[in-house]
Amino acid sequence: MTAEPDGPEGRLRRFATIWSRAVFPVTSTSLTRPEFEEQLLPLARSLSESLRARTFDAEAARAVGAALIDAHCTDPEALSRSLDCVDAYLVLYCGEDGHQEELRTRCSRLQHAMAAGFAQALRERTLGEQEAIAQAALRAQGVVAQALHASEARFRAVFEGAAIGIGIADLEGNVLQVNGAMLRMFGGSEQTMRGRNVREWTHADDAPQVWRLYEELVSGEREHYHVEKAFCRPDGTVLWTNLTVSLLRDADGRPQYQLALMEDTTERRLLNLRLRYEATHDALTGLPNRTLFFERLEKVLAAGEGQRFGLCYLDLDGFKTINDSLGHAAGDRLLVEVADRLQSCATAPGEMVARLGGDEFVALTTGPETRREVDELAARIMNALIAPVSVDGRELTVRGSIGIVEGAAGERSAAEVLRSADITMYRAKSAGGNRFELADPEADARAITRNGLTTALPTALERNEFFIEYQPLVHLGDGSVHGAEALVRWLHPQHGVLGPDRFIPLAEHTGLIVPLGRWVLEQSVRQAREWQERHGGNAVTGPLRVNVNLSPCQLTHPGLVQDTVDILEREGLEPEALCLEVTESALIGADDDLLKPLRRLAEMGVDIALDDFGTGYSNLANLRRLPVSILKLDRSFTQSMQQFPADPVDLKIVEGIVSLAHSLDLAVTVEGVETGAQAEQLRILGCDTAQGWYYARPGPPERLHELALVDATG
Amino acid sequence: MERPAWAPRSIDISVPSVARIYDYYLGGSHNFEADREAARKAMEFLPGLPKIMQANRAFMRRAVRYAADEGITQFLDIGSGIPTFGNVHEVAQAARPGARVVYVDHDPVAVAHSEAVLKGNADADVVAADLCKPQEILSSARVLDLIDLNRPVALLLVAILHFVEDADDPYGAVAELREALAPGSLLILTHASYEGIPLPPQRAEGAVDVYKDIRNPLIMRSRDEIARFFEGYDMVEPGLVSPPRWRPETAPEDEDPYAFSGFAGVGRTA
Repeated sequence: MTAEPDGPEGRLRRFATIWSRAVFPVTSTSLTRPEFEEQLLPLARSLSESLRARTFDAEAARAVGAALIDAHCTDPEALSRSLDCVDAYLVLYCGEDGHQEELRTRCSRLQHAMAAGFAQALRERTLGEQEAIAQAALRAQGVVAQALHASEARFRAVFEGAAIGIGIADLEGNVLQVNGAMLRMFGGSEQTMRGRNVREWTHADDAPQVWRLYEELVSGEREHYHVEKAFCRPDGTVLWTNLTVSLLRDADGRPQYQLALMEDTTERRLLNLRLRYEATHDALTGLPNRTLFFERLEKVLAAGEGQRFGLCYLDLDGFKTINDSLGHAAGDRLLVEVADRLQSCATAPGEMVARLGGDEFVALTTGPETRREVDELAARIMNALIAPVSVDGRELTVRGSIGIVEGAAGERSAAEVLRSADITMYRAKSAGGNRFELADPEADARAITRNGLTTALPTALERNEFFIEYQPLVHLGDGSVHGAEALVRWLHPQHGVLGPDRFIPLAEHTGLIVPLGRWVLEQSVRQAREWQERHGGNAVTGPLRVNVNLSPCQLTHPGLVQDTVDILEREGLEPEALCLEVTESALIGADDDLLKPLRRLAEMGVDIALDDFGTGYSNLANLRRLPVSILKLDRSFTQSMQQFPADPVDLKIVEGIVSLAHSLDLAVTVEGVETGAQAEQLRILGCDTAQGWYYARPGPPERLHELALVDATG
Repeated sequence: MERPAWAPRSIDISVPSVARIYDYYLGGSHNFEADREAARKAMEFLPGLPKIMQANRAFMRRAVRYAADEGITQFLDIGSGIPTFGNVHEVAQAARPGARVVYVDHDPVAVAHSEAVLKGNADADVVAADLCKPQEILSSARVLDLIDLNRPVALLLVAILHFVEDADDPYGAVAELREALAPGSLLILTHASYEGIPLPPQRAEGAVDVYKDIRNPLIMRSRDEIARFFEGYDMVEPGLVSPPRWRPETAPEDEDPYAFSGFAGVGRTA
């Protein structure tokens, strides 16, 4: 709309410009001033028209006041400046040539109406905006509350559904809430848990720090703690838990609640106890095992001054024979019975019985008086073994050898104590068994431990520390030397000459028996060949023969037959000059697979002798089945014949065995002949061959020459 | 049981909100007494605060129009507060009918109010989210509905970054947003500063302390620090200047002296 500057339209525009300049600085509009002026122009026109209307009506000015609010002129200063402007310039620029007094009156009334319109619109806008923001706040609150509700519902679901027990209590210990898992752990209802106080949940097994940690937590000195804790269930059983307690603080950091998380470990604990029991007890006898015994012994040895200990180390005499002859099941039953009896010997506090393995047991006593007590303990044990043990209807006599060690705590290690006990036990066994011996430091120093020997065995063979002695076998009929039994010896660099009983079981255990046995066979066969070359044989009995012992381990070795054949061929000895001795116990229950190699050897002409006959529980009927040609009667049968007159029962037994043997076409050799009377008696009973000190002790191979020469010349 | 400590706090209108204080400065009544009390206290130190806000609004209006003239039809206004008048959607949709606008604010009351204002406007919406978590903004359903990130967007960060402390990594958030924008997008930004305030800084600090007291600290940054927000953008002429000097439509000399407080600028992604 263009206008002449001095025309009515131009004057109206000038009024609007003045108005906008006055008000613009107090508006909040983001419009520019010229834009704002454009907004005011229609308002100015409205005022101008009302001013000059034929019939005056101030109502339009109300709308102008309200329009100022719409243009964001909400500051009261905007109204004040607008009214100033209207008052000063409306009549001047828009009055044209009207009646001045009338115009001034109309202008005043227009201002009143403008002010009223402005006030009303501002009031409505203010109320409307207040309402809008209040509604917005309310809706926002609703949204947050909903989110909170959802979050609380989630946490409640976690709380209720958790597999872990969760409980919340106040700082006085009053239980406020527990979840289902915790109720199930305690086996109680919500009523029984709610209102309880945490402090009531003491248990005899509480670790000392449990309640100290609790006090620290509820007093705010500690944020959380973790313990293993037991609780009593309402039904009286024990609940074991992994318990974590945390302190919950409010928004300002003040302690508010305690939160307990618990995991039921009762089952796991039982399993652990069971595993621990199994790890520390012997499955067969239920006695503590080596592990537990060592733990206990170490604890005892670590005890303070004035504390002493006494230890009995028991090894059953001849248990191996029982095991071999009656089978392991019977052996096991015997061990169980022995274990029961031993346990009844050591019932006082501080006493303990354990099985170390095999037929080895230990009994331990502790306290200040063990010097006296350990002897009594050993005596009780010996006493307990007196009554025979009934196994499968058989009455088995049990004997044992005990090594006793007694001393003050803190002087020796557990291993040293046990070594001493082991040595002492062997001393008791060497002295004939069925006795106890007291450890003696000097004897210990001299003693040879099995362990030491076992480790020295392999190098001993390499270093040629073994040698063979020969004990002559004499023909009872004419007293001529018939041959000799090869007996292996170990010339130990520290311990001197050791007999086979000391190291053959160890060699069997480690498997060294196979190369050692082959070496012995080789040496013996070579020696027999040498005797034959030098000396020839006896006209009646043929050439000098050699007897070599075979251990059970060698018997099952697949190379036995081949090795034997090789050696005989290499040395050039006829098979008939070799006799292999096998113990009766090694053949007990032997099946055909085991007997096959022996049969092969027997077929080749090698003699097989059944050694130690009569010590096992041999089945005489079984003899037919075995490829043996000689029975070697154990020395126990002939011991009573050393005196005169001999025991008539023994005589009858020997006579019976000889007659049985001969009827099966077996020759009979007797061992342990020590007197002439004995030799004579045995000859009368029909025995074929004998060996023993009466004729000669085992000795170097040259000795046999001498005897044989005497023979030949005699 | 009492409310557990992990539950979110409820709306508390006795705690002043920067969005409602801003509304009060602009002569609005979308505020409560706590807001007005804080605003009056700040105005004791800086009586020209309303003029600063007004200059911000005027800049925003010019910048949105500039963006619309440049062909941009999508607007993302983060820290939109309580829309009283002269809002982005009004300006943008007046210039370009059908322009899409998404407002973002973390004040639940401001969001609820915006929802009411925008009811019936199919091309504008609001998201409750925090500038410090750009991914939450970019992946919100309403942003995905209205804004195509493969086309240029005008991102508005008007009078918001001075409420983000360095510890919350405002530069990282701005960079993350930039990464999401298509080439040709614009960043429209204003920021408070001691520079340009027609009062000694000691006086202005009084107003800063008010914001500290209401736990919404106002971080005054230097021009250089503010310029760093435009890393990766080419500055649109005349660069980073006081708000009235950015492409003025009337003589800047006519403006209130307070209007020159702080800085405003527009950048374009390459």
